[in-house]
Amino acid sequence: MKIAVLSGKGGTGKTFVSVNLAAAATSSMYIDCDVEEPNGRLFFRPEGIRAETVSVMLPVFDAALCDGCRKCVDFCKFNALVYIKEKPMVFPGICHSCGGCALVCPQGAVSEKPRPIGVIEAGTSGDTAVVTGVLEPGEVSGVPLIRAALTKSEDAESLVVIDCPPGSGCAVLESVSEADYCVLVAEPTAFGLHNLAMVLELVRLLGKPCGVVINKTEGQYLELENYCASQGADILCRIPYSSELATWGAKARIAGRESKEMALVFRGLLKKIEKEVR
Amino acid sequence: MKIMVPINETKSGAEVCPSFGRAPFYMLFDVSTREVLYLDNPAASASGGAGIKAAQFVADQKADVLLTPRCGENAGEVLKAAGIVLYHTIAGSAEENIAAFEAGSLAPLTQFHEGFHGKQ
Repeated sequence: MKIAVLSGKGGTGKTFVSVNLAAAATSSMYIDCDVEEPNGRLFFRPEGIRAETVSVMLPVFDAALCDGCRKCVDFCKFNALVYIKEKPMVFPGICHSCGGCALVCPQGAVSEKPRPIGVIEAGTSGDTAVVTGVLEPGEVSGVPLIRAALTKSEDAESLVVIDCPPGSGCAVLESVSEADYCVLVAEPTAFGLHNLAMVLELVRLLGKPCGVVINKTEGQYLELENYCASQGADILCRIPYSSELATWGAKARIAGRESKEMALVFRGLLKKIEKEVR
Repeated sequence: MKIMVPINETKSGAEVCPSFGRAPFYMLFDVSTREVLYLDNPAASASGGAGIKAAQFVADQKADVLLTPRCGENAGEVLKAAGIVLYHTIAGSAEENIAAFEAGSLAPLTQFHEGFHGKQ
């Protein structure tokens, strides 16, 4: 079973919930797809790390063969190519590595070379396999790196927890693509509600079963509760705000490994999800 | 010498468009013949890379100078490679800006923004 954990905004508790869900299972794989800011490894402190580089393909132009027909420029729907002063020019940050320019070039002047965009680190922490996507600073898109990180779960028999990036854009779409179930983490604030609505719309569009975890509750925030009810979104659990949890978070400790009470909360959450998916 | 200006409407007295890459139209002014051409911007509704595509268009029109209130980094790179010189517009119409440029009172555009890329 693959569970994706997402939220519209950062700082809501995706990593907190993901790490604890993975730790609650007897054996599991945790994949950090928040590749711009992968924090799960700080909690798991994985050992025996093996890193592999992930690259995307970038076009290279042979000036001697190029006759300036511009078929490549016209083909590129991302507008990553221009032809200036009788020379093709590529914008690596805009290029989506589709390879179309090389296909349409009648002169065979376009070849492709790999361009590294980040690494995937794989290690273990107790009974949890920890996979971390780390995007090179300054890179525009983490999508290819996320795709590569998710391939690690292809032959996983145990529970897989996917810690998604914040937002509801391409990177999130890629992260949840293979998930059997989506956990939406929300804060009980107007901002949290607004962002929950965004991700709920996304997972409904994708036809994924989902449930909501309200994190850092202080009493009931009725607007959020009413919204979930009106949308038929199941509230799986409410995790109260506590300075103890914040302290463990600041020390990069896994709450479920620090307290029996929290271990029970996440084991209960996992059971609930397992029931939903079955 | 040809001068390009992003504009909101294709008529005399049109305001300069605040966006370079997504301006609906451009005005191309030929300094020697005093001829004015109104052109549709083919990049106006591009889903991405509008600045790059617009810069290609401006270069293809053989403009030497671009008068614009702002310009993104990527478009700036294309325009620089094409040898097009950028000047910062002032409030007023495209014609007023061309007059100001000819009088030598426009400052070169030196700041390039990082682009909006889907943001407003």
